[in-house]
This record gives sequence, C-alpha cells and structure tokens, in this order.
Amino acid sequence: MVEKWNITVKFYRQKQGEKPHDQEIKMDVNPDENVIDLVERAWALHDRTLVFAHACHHSTCGACGMRVNEREKLACITPVRSVVANGGTLKVAPLRNFPVISDLVVDMGELYRRMDLVGHQPVDSDREEAIQPEFRPAGPAEPNEDFMRLSDCIECGLCMSACPVFSSTPDYLGPAVLAGAHQAGLEKNPLLFKLIDSATGVWRCHSAFECTAVCPSNVDPGWRIMELRRKVIGDRVKTLFNPRKPAEVGK
Amino acid sequence: MTKPHAIIIGAGFTGVATAHDLAMRGFDVTVVERGPIANGTSGRTHGLLHSGGRYAVKDQESAIECIDENLILRKIVPSVIEPNGGLFVALSESDLDYAEEFIAGCEACHIPIEQLTPQRALKLEPNLNPKLLVAFTIPDGTFDPLRLAMSFAATAKKNGANFHLYHEVKSLLMDGKATVTGARLLDRTSNKEIDLHGDIVINATGAWAGEITAMAGADVPIKPTPGIMVAFERRTAQRAINRLCAPADGDIVLPQRRMMVVGTTSFAADNLDYIPIVEDQIKLMVERAADLLPGLRSVKLRGIYMASRPLIGGGTGRSIARTFKCFDHKETHNLDGFVTITGGKATTLRAMAEKTADTVCAKLGINAACQTKETPLISYRQFYSLN
Repeated sequence: MVEKWNITVKFYRQKQGEKPHDQEIKMDVNPDENVIDLVERAWALHDRTLVFAHACHHSTCGACGMRVNEREKLACITPVRSVVANGGTLKVAPLRNFPVISDLVVDMGELYRRMDLVGHQPVDSDREEAIQPEFRPAGPAEPNEDFMRLSDCIECGLCMSACPVFSSTPDYLGPAVLAGAHQAGLEKNPLLFKLIDSATGVWRCHSAFECTAVCPSNVDPGWRIMELRRKVIGDRVKTLFNPRKPAEVGK
Repeated sequence: MTKPHAIIIGAGFTGVATAHDLAMRGFDVTVVERGPIANGTSGRTHGLLHSGGRYAVKDQESAIECIDENLILRKIVPSVIEPNGGLFVALSESDLDYAEEFIAGCEACHIPIEQLTPQRALKLEPNLNPKLLVAFTIPDGTFDPLRLAMSFAATAKKNGANFHLYHEVKSLLMDGKATVTGARLLDRTSNKEIDLHGDIVINATGAWAGEITAMAGADVPIKPTPGIMVAFERRTAQRAINRLCAPADGDIVLPQRRMMVVGTTSFAADNLDYIPIVEDQIKLMVERAADLLPGLRSVKLRGIYMASRPLIGGGTGRSIARTFKCFDHKETHNLDGFVTITGGKATTLRAMAEKTADTVCAKLGINAACQTKETPLISYRQFYSLN
C-alpha cells in the first residue's frame, strides 16, 4: 500500500518584467516520490503556467537544481520524505546567484562559459575508479582497460548557489569552476594556473564548504579548492629555490 | 533569394538534430519548445547508445539503423559518450536457445560480436552473475541524454538557428484549410503570445505528435508507450549489460557516471504530461537488474522515472518496430507546409533528422545534401554561452 500525505507546496513565481510572488498549492503526495515528480504534477494537473527545468530525472543531467526549503537540492533525487512532514509546507524556489528567467528556471550561461574556460572534460578516463571498493574485483585489474566515464560534475549549479562568497563577488570563479579546473589538471595548462592563483580564484574561497555540503554528485569542490591551493603553494616554494622564466610558470 | 524558414516544434532529440541538419543545408531555423531542451522522452531515456543487438533478431531495420548511427555518433560527439562497449549475457537455458538467432541476427546486421566463456566474461565484469552460461561482447555505449541534445542544439545555434525555449504552441496558423503557415506561441516566461510564420512547420514532438497534428485536423498513427527506469547509486560495471533474450522488461542495465540504470517496461498511458510511477514496476526492475548484477540487490535506489516512447502504431508493446517515420501531411491529409517526424530511438536521432530534412528539401524543391555524418558537433556548453 502506497503511503499518502497531504502537503502545501509553496512555489516561487515570477514572469519577466513582473515582481515575484509565492503561490500555494495543496497536493496529495507519496512521501517516497521525489520533489521533481510533484513539481511536474503541479504543472501537468494544477497550473500550466509554471515554468521549471528538468531532463533526466535521475541526477545525470543537472537540469533540475532548485532551492527546496531554502536548501540547494537536485529535485529529481530528493525524496519528499527527506524535506517535509505530512501536513507540512514545502517551499521551492530557483537557485540563487543566477538571473531568474521565470519561476524556477535560472540562466546558467555564465557557469557553462567558465567551465569551458577552465577546460573541464565532460568525459574523462576513469581515473578515480568509479566502481566503489565493495564492488571492485579482488586481485589485479584486467590490463589494457582504458574506460571512459562521464565526469562527476553535472554542472547543476547547486554549489554556485550555496556559496556565500559567490553571492557577494560575481567575479569569483566559484566552486564548480575551480573544481572543473582541478579535474582539467593544472599541469597541462600554465594559463589555468594563473587564472586560479588570483583574487578571483582559489584565494577568494572562505572555506565555508557549503559547496561540498550541497554537491549531489561526489565532486567535493571544497576539497578540490584546497588541493589547488596546495599545488599553488608547492609551485611557489619550488620556484623560490629554482627560479624560472615566466613562460614556464605552472609547468 | 531569401533563405527558406523552417519552424521546428519540439527540442527533444529529433527537433535539435533536425535543426542542426537544416541549418547546415542553408535554412533559417526556429525551434520552439514549451519547456527546456529534452524535457520529455529524450531527457528521460535509458542513455544506451544501442549497438542494435537488442533488435537484431526481430527488427533488423532498427538494428541496422542503430549500429550505423552508433558508429557515427561516436565520431561526431565523443564528449557525451562513455564508449565502453556492452555484453549480452545468458543466464538460463532459454537464453541459450536465443543465442543462435542472436548470432545470425547480428551477422545479418553487421554488428560485430565476440563470444566469451563465463570465466572470461567474469574477468571483464567481475560483478556479473557468476552463474552466467555464455556472454557476447557488443559495441554498446552510454550517453548523457541532455548533453547529447545540447550538442546538436549548440551546433545548430552556431549555424544560425534560433531557439525559443519555454514557448508553447497554442495553435497552428493556416492559410485556408489546406496549408500550415506557422504557429501561434505562448511565451511562458512572460505570458505573451507571438505569431511565427514559416515556409514549413516540422512537428518533432515524438510521443506528443498527435496533439500537434490535431491542431491542423490531422492525425498520426503514434502509440505512446511509457516504461520505467530505475537508477542505483553505485556503479558495478563498466559496460552496458544486456540479457541475452528477446526484448523484455528490465533487459538492460547500464553504467552512467557513478550509477547503474535499469530499464524498462512497456505499457499504455492516458496523460503523457504526467505518468505516475508504479510501485510494482520498481520491484520488477530491481529484480531484473539483480539477475544480471547480483550486487545491485543491496544498493540504494537513486532515481526512478518514466519515459514515454513514441512507437509507430500497429501491433502492441514489444511487437512494434522501433524504426522511425517522416509523414508528409500533403500525402496523408492533403495538408501542405506540414511534416511530422516520430518513432525511432535516441541512437538514431541523426538519421531521423536526415530523413526529415530530405523530405523538407524535396517538398520545397531545394537541392542540398546532408552533411551531418561527417560534421563534428561543438561543445554542448556553447548552447548557453553562444549569444
């Protein structure tokens, strides 16, 4: 028997050129369904004017990032039960720090531009061994296996919305982008080294680790930013004792 | 001479691929879509880059389309594909009985396969069911659905195509009763209506195709057939794992990022805009996935979703061919300026677009060859970063 709850869903609504307002819809929900299911149902059955973004419904595309009860969530993998109780109110709003296009949809063009800028690879060789230890074969792996894997970062923008620094400093590259630079590899690209070793790069981060807390996809941007700092410091110490020409910085 | 203007309804796989094809052939292209890119069936696909093996016995036309397009997509859009191959795995005597037809079918459809002993298969994929009887390698892959669509859309945009996302078609504009000349749109971000005029209107709305043709008093033999997909929050294989059997519920489980996805089922739906998730089907998917990869039985579920395939009518469920069809409504309903492309599968999106663009060019008397087989697509990110 499927459990049935009744909750109030409070939607952030905004059309272009108009002021935002909240809209409340009372909905019967299954506590085990995900937030995207009730958002889609609200559009399909209650109010056809609701605008929201979504595509894959299983956390591989990153399209349905939103703020659920003031917290950044990927709506397709957020069970209703985890964010509200029976009879309670669930608030859904667009991500912060990006321009709102309408209702729950924001313009993430800037994030995509910056991910290209740092050369983040959407498909990469499986360097970090996606298969978790409990499922990994015992003994040596099959030789000559070079698996490719879609990158962990799904560019959902949750970390950029949750970052307390990005909200006050739009020039700050931001956690997703710095994590993208870390994945791309500084070693290959001296210009990238310069880009992140700056006041809008790794040194702007305040180590709040909100990015890591909200990341739905194992990227851990906070850790990656700290790793980038270590690399930068390491490089500075090295060049202190072994000065190089500027063109070689980062090699 | 001014460029012909094509209006494409729908920014799913067929819509974006057709936009890319027509933009390369010199058309002015406008894509209108009521939601974001790939928000319907396309976004919610399994993500399997089909080798064709699944259809090689009963539906060889689809199988050949799949293997041909599989090889093309690997070349033109590698940045959204895990090209790690796949296995067909026999677990029972009846699976073994299917092997002979499977081998013959793959040969007839030029799908390269290689037979593996159970020991060898387990060496390649140690988490497979150790009771497997035989396995075959096959050139499957996994793709990222949204980014595949965005790669086509970005390239189309670079070649001049315009995209009106969050614009819903309210009605088709008609010249008398015999010609479709455009569409009346509601911009859902501002609640304003606009009229768009074109030389041809292309209905690329997949499972929803009938709703658009009805606006012009026409119909298409489309049978929307939803199925469930279940994502597990662990990756336990590097290759797509197929059950060696005739197409059946939950016969494919494949890796994607750090997940495994299993699908699917096949049933009929009333309201395509919202398809409720059926609990019993979730259990069935978990069971079927765990038959192939037993470790999944203890893995937490991450996502559960429904997608509605646009199957071309005649027959029911699994017996319907998975190929595609482009309808020129001049021929079907004496209605000019209007074509519908539907059916097919994600893997064949480029071929569907080529067929549609050929039909459109023939209708408008335009002589332009398809160039999409050889043209690498640009980064999907440029869909948002290009102005």
